[in-house]
Formats: sequence, C-alpha cells, structure tokens
Amino acid sequence: MPDASDPRHRVDPAINTPGREGLTGTAPASLYAPSVERDQITIAPDFAPADAQPAWRQDFPIDWPQDLYVERRDFMKFLVLTSAAFTLGQVWIGVQNWYRRRGGRPPMQRIAALDDLAINASVVFTYPTEHDPCLLVRLSPSEFVAFGQKCTHLSCAVIPRPEEGSFYCPCHEGRFDLRTGVPIAGPPRRPLTRVLLDIRGRDIYAVGVEERTI
Amino acid sequence: MNTSSKRPFSRDQRTVIVYGMLVFVLILVILQLWLLTATMNAWLGGDDSVVWPAAAVSAAVFALNAGLLAYLGRIERTRRLAE
Repeated sequence: MPDASDPRHRVDPAINTPGREGLTGTAPASLYAPSVERDQITIAPDFAPADAQPAWRQDFPIDWPQDLYVERRDFMKFLVLTSAAFTLGQVWIGVQNWYRRRGGRPPMQRIAALDDLAINASVVFTYPTEHDPCLLVRLSPSEFVAFGQKCTHLSCAVIPRPEEGSFYCPCHEGRFDLRTGVPIAGPPRRPLTRVLLDIRGRDIYAVGVEERTI
Repeated sequence: MNTSSKRPFSRDQRTVIVYGMLVFVLILVILQLWLLTATMNAWLGGDDSVVWPAAAVSAAVFALNAGLLAYLGRIERTRRLAE
C-alpha cells in the first residue's frame, strides 16, 4: 500500500479532471465499456453502417452474423435428423432380416414338365410367393436355369433373349447373362436371384432361392 | 467447475463452434449414407451378416451427432442465462 503522504505517490488533480480521463489513462474501465454488447450489434450484409442502408433495410434490419449462425445451427439440426433417419433405416433392415430368417427355407414347388419346354423356350412361374415372378429357361436338352424376373436395379421385369444369351431389362437397358444371371450391361450391379432346381422324373421343381451380391 | 468455464461464448465464437460441428456431422452423415446403401446391397444380395453390426455403428454415429447437438443447445442455454 503506497504511503499517501509520500509525494511520489500523489496524483496531480489536474490530470484527473473531467474531460481528460481518456487522455491521461486514469479513467475508470467503465468509460471504455461499449454501450451495446458486441453480440447485439446488427451488421448488414454489405457491412455498411446502418445510416447508409436503404430505408427498407433500416425498417427491417437483417443481422447477417446472427442469420449465419442460426442458419448453420438449423442445418446441423436437420443433419442430425437425417442421421436419425439413416439409423432407423438400418434398424428397419434388421427387422426385415428377422422376418426373412423366420420364414425359413421355401417349400419345393413343381414348375413344369420336361417336355413342356423346347430348347431356348422359357416359362414364367412364381416362387416362393405369388409376388415373386420367376423365369425358367431351357438352354439345352439337359440344361435348365431359373432366375427371379425382377431386375436388381429397380425391379422391372426382365425378358429372356436366348438368341443373345441374355436377360434384357427394357426399363434402363440392363442385361444379365442367361446362364449365370450376372449383370453384364446397364445399371444393375447385383445378379438376378437364382432359383435352385431339381429334376425328378419328368418334372422340374423349384427347391430354393439363392440371393447373391456378385 | 471454475467461473471462467461458465462464461458464455460470444456469437462469433459460437459461429466458429457450429461450423466445426457442422463439418464433423456432415462427414458422419455421409458415412451413414454409405453404410446404409452398402448394408442394403449386401442384404438384398443375401448376406445378412453385416446387418446388425452396421446398425450398431449407425446408432453410435447418431448418438455422437445428437451429443454434439445437445452440446450446442447447452452453449445457447448458458448464453441465455447470462443475459
């Protein structure tokens, strides 16, 4: 604590008079405190002062930094909502998978008699449910293939073209190999669902389905 | 917690924070989109081994995103209380 009687610590009253505070450095801190909080200052998009703004903007001022902040914050909320939707989608796949597993292996079903199909001829049937159209094609006297008719792109019905050795999807020009069901042209990326066949006597039976990724 | 940590962020600071969070959340959401399409493709192709692990990862990412949003809400509440 300085000694007040010591002249070295005495403040000259002349330098601490009203009106000189800002010059002498002896002013209280409150003198420099802004009259408006920085966060409350309205800044126009062109950063010009409020007086230079057109009348409509003076009447309806847009606080650009605040607008920017609120916009980004709301966009983040929207993104988190999107994130929730994606998670829900993943769970939905899990639930659907549970239903698919619970269904078990589809039962055996007669499709056609061997003699019903000539070479390169095909027949449409449904398997394992009535909502799953499939195609049976005879490639040679002893060779048969069967695939789901739904294109793996957007579920259009594919058409067999034995002369070209392919299944053709007319919606987006997709093509699948006739023997393997593997996509060979167009937008489809996954092979057609393969129907497993069994020949018993003179009849052809569907005994299962095989989904494939490649 | 000391007093200084309770001082509310200024608007400029909050804008910087929300920008940082936004970039992070955007990357995570893109990751989730890829995960969903890859899982759907695998499942439609008969491979169901990835279904639940992918769902768990997606849920974890969502929890992270929701946590960041909650932190942003806390920042705003602190500011409102300080006003």
